[in-house]
Amino acid sequence: MNTLIYTACLGLFGLLAEIFNLRKYLIPILVLGLAVIFSLNLQTWNNPQTHFNGMLSDSNFSTAFSGLALFIMLIILILSGDFYTSTDDEKHISDYMAILMFTLCGALMMFSFSNMAMLFLGIETLSISLYVMAGSRRFELKSNEAGFKYFLMGSFASAFLLFGIALVFGVTGTFSIDGIGNYMRMHADKLDPLFIVGMLLMIFAMLFKVSAAPFHFWAPDVYEGAPSLITALMSTLVKIAAFAAFYRLLSSCFVFALGKAEIILTISCAATLLVGNLVALVQDNFKRLLAYSGISHAGYMMLAIISIQGSTDSALFLYSVGYAVASLAAFAIAITVFKSTGTESISGFNGLAKKNPLLAASLTMAMLSLAGIPPFAGFFGKYFIFSEAFRNGCQNMVFVAIISSIIGVFYYMKVIVAMYSKPANEFEIKPTFAYQMVIAVCLIISIVLGLYPGVFTKLL
Amino acid sequence: MLTLILLLIPLIASIIALFLKGELVKWFSLVATIVQLAFTVYVFTVFKAPNAPEVTNGLLSLNIDWINSPKINFNIGLDGMSLLMVILTNLLMPLIVLAGFNRNQERTHIMYSLMLLMHFALIGVFVSFDGFLYYIFWELALIPIYFISLNWGGVNRATVTLKFFIYTLAGSLLMLFGFIFLYWNTASHSLSWVDLTMNHICSCKQGFIFWMFFLAYAIKIPIIPFHTWQPDTYSSAPTQGTMLLSGIMLKMGLYSLLRWLLPVLPMGTAEYTPYVIAMCFIGVVYASIIAIMQTDLKKLFAYSSIAHVGLIAAGIFALNVQGIQGGLVQMLAHGINVVGVFYCADIIINRTGSSDINTLGGIRLLSPRFATYFIVIVLGSVALPLTNSFIGEFMLLLGLFEYNSWAALFAGLTVILGAVYMLRMYQKVMLGDVNENVTVFEDLKWNEELVLATIAILIFAFGIFPKPILELVAPISEQIYRLSFVR
Repeated sequence: MNTLIYTACLGLFGLLAEIFNLRKYLIPILVLGLAVIFSLNLQTWNNPQTHFNGMLSDSNFSTAFSGLALFIMLIILILSGDFYTSTDDEKHISDYMAILMFTLCGALMMFSFSNMAMLFLGIETLSISLYVMAGSRRFELKSNEAGFKYFLMGSFASAFLLFGIALVFGVTGTFSIDGIGNYMRMHADKLDPLFIVGMLLMIFAMLFKVSAAPFHFWAPDVYEGAPSLITALMSTLVKIAAFAAFYRLLSSCFVFALGKAEIILTISCAATLLVGNLVALVQDNFKRLLAYSGISHAGYMMLAIISIQGSTDSALFLYSVGYAVASLAAFAIAITVFKSTGTESISGFNGLAKKNPLLAASLTMAMLSLAGIPPFAGFFGKYFIFSEAFRNGCQNMVFVAIISSIIGVFYYMKVIVAMYSKPANEFEIKPTFAYQMVIAVCLIISIVLGLYPGVFTKLL
Repeated sequence: MLTLILLLIPLIASIIALFLKGELVKWFSLVATIVQLAFTVYVFTVFKAPNAPEVTNGLLSLNIDWINSPKINFNIGLDGMSLLMVILTNLLMPLIVLAGFNRNQERTHIMYSLMLLMHFALIGVFVSFDGFLYYIFWELALIPIYFISLNWGGVNRATVTLKFFIYTLAGSLLMLFGFIFLYWNTASHSLSWVDLTMNHICSCKQGFIFWMFFLAYAIKIPIIPFHTWQPDTYSSAPTQGTMLLSGIMLKMGLYSLLRWLLPVLPMGTAEYTPYVIAMCFIGVVYASIIAIMQTDLKKLFAYSSIAHVGLIAAGIFALNVQGIQGGLVQMLAHGINVVGVFYCADIIINRTGSSDINTLGGIRLLSPRFATYFIVIVLGSVALPLTNSFIGEFMLLLGLFEYNSWAALFAGLTVILGAVYMLRMYQKVMLGDVNENVTVFEDLKWNEELVLATIAILIFAFGIFPKPILELVAPISEQIYRLSFVR
């Protein structure tokens, strides 16, 4: 709860910085602030509490995911210093930073909601901030398109969510997730059809937010059009926040009512895996490629959702961490390359191994981690989530996931092949110090977690 | 504990090699691999000592908790089979390193670091007694060889190596599914080898899981029809990469059959053995015929390798002691011989610039010493008595004869066809008049002579005095045979 309030304060500070002319110091102060909040967040560990008359409740689940979200935002802030360098950007830097902080607030609410109103508020806070940020390159057509498209589709999904909440409220008479959970347990054998419909509407809305097929069409366009840093934010923090909220919603309110929805979730999971991996094969734009790779990773995370009866939250968390650090490293390298070469196509990476072997090796590691090859965290995350899904009887889905990982290796290797065997282009590529640090930290976490994942497997 | 040191020497060497420059890194790698070889000899003496320590618990093994949930142990050890493969790896590594002297390569330190990393992963595969750990090393072995082939390979390397990578990784991922299945279907929920060999999975499920594992190994070995990556990869990879691949890496597949397939899924194996043996023989005949028609030197050796390992796989699947023991002995022999033939091919291609056997000829007249070494290696490959392959192939034939006399007939065909293409190749390349394309043939350099002489000595040494190796593998063959029986 404190985490949320302090983060909101940081957001307000960002807005005020404009007035007091503190733009120059803004990013360092925010980084420091987030680091303090990160350590405060750890104090809620094993100390579950309820706040604001049952609106929010801390739990180990929310603490773990909040920690991850704060870490991701910290990385994004460090990256933003060298990303927003144009004069137009510098004019708006405090707005951007404030909006990023509010995005984080939305995510934090989504981790610890215990009332449907808070879920909706969290999702909206997160989404509206992102609509703005996706369109924040005002003079670029694609950025405008991204913001507008995201807004139209996103508000549609929010309406679904709201309608679902209303129907569930109509049946149960409460917004509290405990109340809805109690209703579900008492009436598990004969649920009101309206309750089922409400649940399905909410599931659809959440599938949209996690960009699972067949609700994924917005993702590639938005990811491609949005500024690269915001794409990094969307494919890590936002996806993880949406999955955590989805997991919390299903596990606390609908876990015994899923019989009706299981087939839908299973089909969506299989479709997400196959669509994400197959379409990524033919992408030439690196951001679109990562967008489709993100869709396929949503498919793997869906395995944790469909096997929710066996409490797969540790698997979801471990997978999220592995995915987040690899993606952040990949984006940090990609942003550097985009900036130097001026192109977002994979051809920008041609011959990177000759010009900057260390950077090429780093991107190789990030790609291997995303592809799920040992000894990186991506591999163990995948193994663990597959193993947990298998334990809960989703053998067939695990098999589908294995097949789609085989397909997935192709496009990750495409980038590696471009770096190592294509002739080099003339641009000089050298990441700034901040980027080097971020890449190093992310990859070290990935390797350490891949070699010693024991700390996280029984965490939640 | 000793096993852990065996595992760590190459890893540490690999890290140090990254920081060295130029020729120094070659000498360093040579020293590191020789130290490793010397240490292996010491481990061998410990293993053979009269009151040898227990395999699962003692000086040679290490079993510590790694991940608590899911239950995964860092469990390494040595038994006769592991030790044989470790000996093979450590025997070949100095030769492979030595083969790179007098060759100019860009970024030498990265290449040797990758080779040593591969060495580490290969040792890891052979000493792992926990399925998960084994899987990690299995995958880890793929990454260095992929980059070695991609960066230092020949024409068309990007496509060829990508095919190789995806192909092998596809097999590995299916195996991962198999391991997840085994994990949840063993009573103790563990992947330790000892536990896996005591599982009670019903035969209806074993058949399916058998294929998950078998496909991974069939791709790696390779058994036809999963071999299409192999000839291209062998001919486009740099020589040292080809030596690593053909000498050691494809033994990973054969070794894994004996370690993780036969004893773990005996019913599934029993169910599909006839099909597998049929596949192996089709592969043997098919690969031999292609090798006879082949004019490219490296591809010829690649197909001959498919034929030889096909025979080893068939012998292993005969599921009797002779077959298993013969398979193990032959793995060692084939590893040594195949490294020899590929090195000879490289010497010829490097000096003449041609790999087409029709444009070669008469090299014997120009370099009689090279011709002598080459004929010894060729005779070793065709399993002449007193060479190392003879013992292995004889036992394989014996095993297959016990399984089915027709099978032995096909197996005998391998030996005959093998003699046909190897001797024909030798005749075209080395004998006859000097071809106009081969006007000068520089005599052997010191490192080349050292490698070839060592291989020639090994061929005769194991051929004349195979007792230590046979004694090493006899008990483990017996054990694997007993475990492979339908429980």
